[in-house]
Amino acid sequence: MASEAHHLETLALREQFNTEEQQKDASTLGMWVFLITEIMFFGGMFLAYTIYRTTFPNVFGIASSSLNLPIGATNTCVLLLSSFTMVMAVRAAQLGQQKMIIFFLIITMLFGFAFLGIKAYEWTEKFEEHHVPAQAAFHLDGVTGPDQQGHAKLFFSLYFAMTGLHALHMVVGVSILAFIIWQTARGTYSAKYFTPVDIAGLYWHFVDVVWIFLFPLFYLIDRHLPK
Amino acid sequence: MDQHQEHAPHTEHVDSVKTYALVLLALLAATILTAFVATLDLGPLNIIVALGIAVVKMLLVALFFMHVRYSTNLTRLVIVGGMLWLAILLLLSFVDFGTRGAIGVLGR
Repeated sequence: MASEAHHLETLALREQFNTEEQQKDASTLGMWVFLITEIMFFGGMFLAYTIYRTTFPNVFGIASSSLNLPIGATNTCVLLLSSFTMVMAVRAAQLGQQKMIIFFLIITMLFGFAFLGIKAYEWTEKFEEHHVPAQAAFHLDGVTGPDQQGHAKLFFSLYFAMTGLHALHMVVGVSILAFIIWQTARGTYSAKYFTPVDIAGLYWHFVDVVWIFLFPLFYLIDRHLPK
Repeated sequence: MDQHQEHAPHTEHVDSVKTYALVLLALLAATILTAFVATLDLGPLNIIVALGIAVVKMLLVALFFMHVRYSTNLTRLVIVGGMLWLAILLLLSFVDFGTRGAIGVLGR
């Protein structure tokens, strides 16, 4: 790389790599290694969830059926749509269409905000229904056995911890998108170099995949039982 | 999937909009399907069907949206390795949890 023009040095090939392909493969691999640590991070929570669900199957079924299924399903669809617009942004980057990158990333961000808004509404509902474990007035209807209110609290603790952690990742994801939009507007990316768009996409899709598992595990237990 | 692309000259694999749209439709359809199936009483099969649909959705997102179809073998190895560690975390914990009380513990 020409040392006389550091600020103009192309990001397409940094000096420690032999080829652009090698550089991009290294970035992709690094992102996947990070995503694996995220999988293990969420994995521990899924493990805790599974153990408590197998221990208190009836209470978990009743608590699950108290969640707002239409809202949960809608949010799932919103996230899937956002993944579609995200991959369309990456596709625009591959083709070097900078305006289309910004367009699709803004749509993706809007879906992200929609998801968070719907989530906030849903959490508000839980506060009003006294389904928040920290509330003194916590009460889940249909659960009567000894200690079963406590078991219901476990369900909602896991619900808030896991959907909360997921929502935190959405906030981070939206922030990353904002940064990528800014960078795209500055003309940083081209068909030759768009690795950050690609990597941001991997993160966004990963967060989508986490929700793909959260949705059936929290919202769809024992839905067939009479209320 | 079986093509060995690591030695091929570098070319970006640009999927068609149609491909992505079809994947999206499949994902949305699977979401409706899993919500519907949950209202049927399949006994212990309910959770298996729900997780099966979730795994299919995950594969669609990973293979198409995350471009694992075009990943290098090294990246694929890391992903599979990560899944293996997750399996170890889950399976060994379940074995521990499931067999507590089944065998005596010295000194207890």
